[in-house]
Amino acid sequence: MVCPVAMAADTHRAIEAVWRIEQPKLIAGLTRMVRDVGLAEELAQDALVAALERWPQSGVPERPGAWLMATAKNRALDRFRRNKLLERKHRELGHELEIEQETAAPDPDAALDDAVGDDLLGLMFTACHPVLGTEARVALTLRLLGGLTTAEIARAFLIPEATVAQRVVRAKRTLAEARVPFEVPRGELAERLSSVLEVVYLVFNEGYAATAGDDWMRPQLSQEALRLGRTLAELAPNEPEVHGLVALMEIQASRFAARTGPDGQPILLFDQNRGRWDQLLIRRGLAALARADSIGGAPGPYVLQAAMAACHARARTPEETDWPRIVSLYEALARIAPSPVVELNRAVAVSMAYGPDAGLALVDGLVAEPALKGYHLLPSVRGDLLRKLGRLDEARAEFERAASLTGNTRERELLLERAAATRR
Amino acid sequence: MRFMTIVQAAEPFGMPPPALIEAIGKLAAEATRAGVFVETAGLAPTSEGARVRLSGGRISVTDGPFAEAKEVVGGYAIFEVGSKDEALEWTRRFMELHRQHWPDWEGVTEVRQMSVMGPPPHL
Repeated sequence: MVCPVAMAADTHRAIEAVWRIEQPKLIAGLTRMVRDVGLAEELAQDALVAALERWPQSGVPERPGAWLMATAKNRALDRFRRNKLLERKHRELGHELEIEQETAAPDPDAALDDAVGDDLLGLMFTACHPVLGTEARVALTLRLLGGLTTAEIARAFLIPEATVAQRVVRAKRTLAEARVPFEVPRGELAERLSSVLEVVYLVFNEGYAATAGDDWMRPQLSQEALRLGRTLAELAPNEPEVHGLVALMEIQASRFAARTGPDGQPILLFDQNRGRWDQLLIRRGLAALARADSIGGAPGPYVLQAAMAACHARARTPEETDWPRIVSLYEALARIAPSPVVELNRAVAVSMAYGPDAGLALVDGLVAEPALKGYHLLPSVRGDLLRKLGRLDEARAEFERAASLTGNTRERELLLERAAATRR
Repeated sequence: MRFMTIVQAAEPFGMPPPALIEAIGKLAAEATRAGVFVETAGLAPTSEGARVRLSGGRISVTDGPFAEAKEVVGGYAIFEVGSKDEALEWTRRFMELHRQHWPDWEGVTEVRQMSVMGPPPHL
């Protein structure tokens, strides 16, 4: 016999899973109807509460998503009826619900698909709207589209939960005050899309190489970014940069298991056991890159970076890496998105393709660059090239400088080890 | 977290009704759009396969079909999700479609976590 308490616990876990899957679609659909992200989130929460009350007795319905949406819509009508001030919205919503009932197709799933996709895309554009600061966009995206709780976001970014909650509340208020329309911007799509891609990649990188604290990486955050990217690729399939970003993340994620040693210490790309690279993700990454290429047009920054990552993924040994190709990809990247960091990376590629002195000449040109003043990778790269050229005392000084600049404990240990190794 | 879901049923599997194939296609599209569907494949009948066994210090090869097996693997899917419960929910939906569109069918789908993308296994 199944213990009723255990069964209730199972149902709760099942509801939580349904919630994770359905929440973004619910909030997206409700936002389209009520034109307010904050209200949509509340209505979705109401539906969750109703499910938690009902489902332990009734069991999880066959179409849990449809049940939640119907419940949320009813709650919306209840609320609007109670609130005379919102009578106009009530009329709009009532109108919309009527239209939906009138035009309801025989197969609700078939009719829903495209609309749901548009709603999700609209929600992504809203959460990543340029009227919001980057931190607000990140918090709101993870909250609304990732379904992460404020506590989970806080833990991932090592900040107090109250800070996250405040960011989310403020972001929602800002969107309401700016009267940001809920839509997929057709005219300025590329520009607005880059704001979405930036948020997704930022989340990925936050997980891939934590900027602070003892955890060298937080795979679950990268995993969430990868999931958002894959979703975006389905919603905006004709945008090469979306596939470029997905390709870049898939290939970088393929190295997760190879990036840390037994004690959690970082292992650099060329020292990694390539047998530990996740071939499933590499295959997906290369496929996404091919999809981006097949759309055509001049490659954007994500496609170029993905192409670089692909050069490493295709090489069975570090020696097989096609460095001249990577150099030419960096040159293309420097043309469309010039930055001192790109120049530094190009210098590394040049040193690998044409020797450390060629690379060092480029790095030396960057030493006076104000934007790289506190950037630990500049002395780290310079130290590496000096070491290869046998200038060990200079190399040691650079590694020590790099160690003093990084905020990451693990990375600092690695750099100090490399400094010490120059004495041997 | 990566999970492999493995469908098992008695052979012969028979031809699934077109409505089921269509419904599964939709579910796959939905899971793909949710960003959690990583890969899937169906397996040919065991009559086209073989088993390589190591037993008592000897390696032997037996051609299919695997007559003694009650249920055999018919296919698999790989999901990347936040929890085992999410993998279970996608699997429940997959089985629900069988219930609706192929009432005679009976089988089992095993949900197993794959150990990849995280700390090395020896940790």
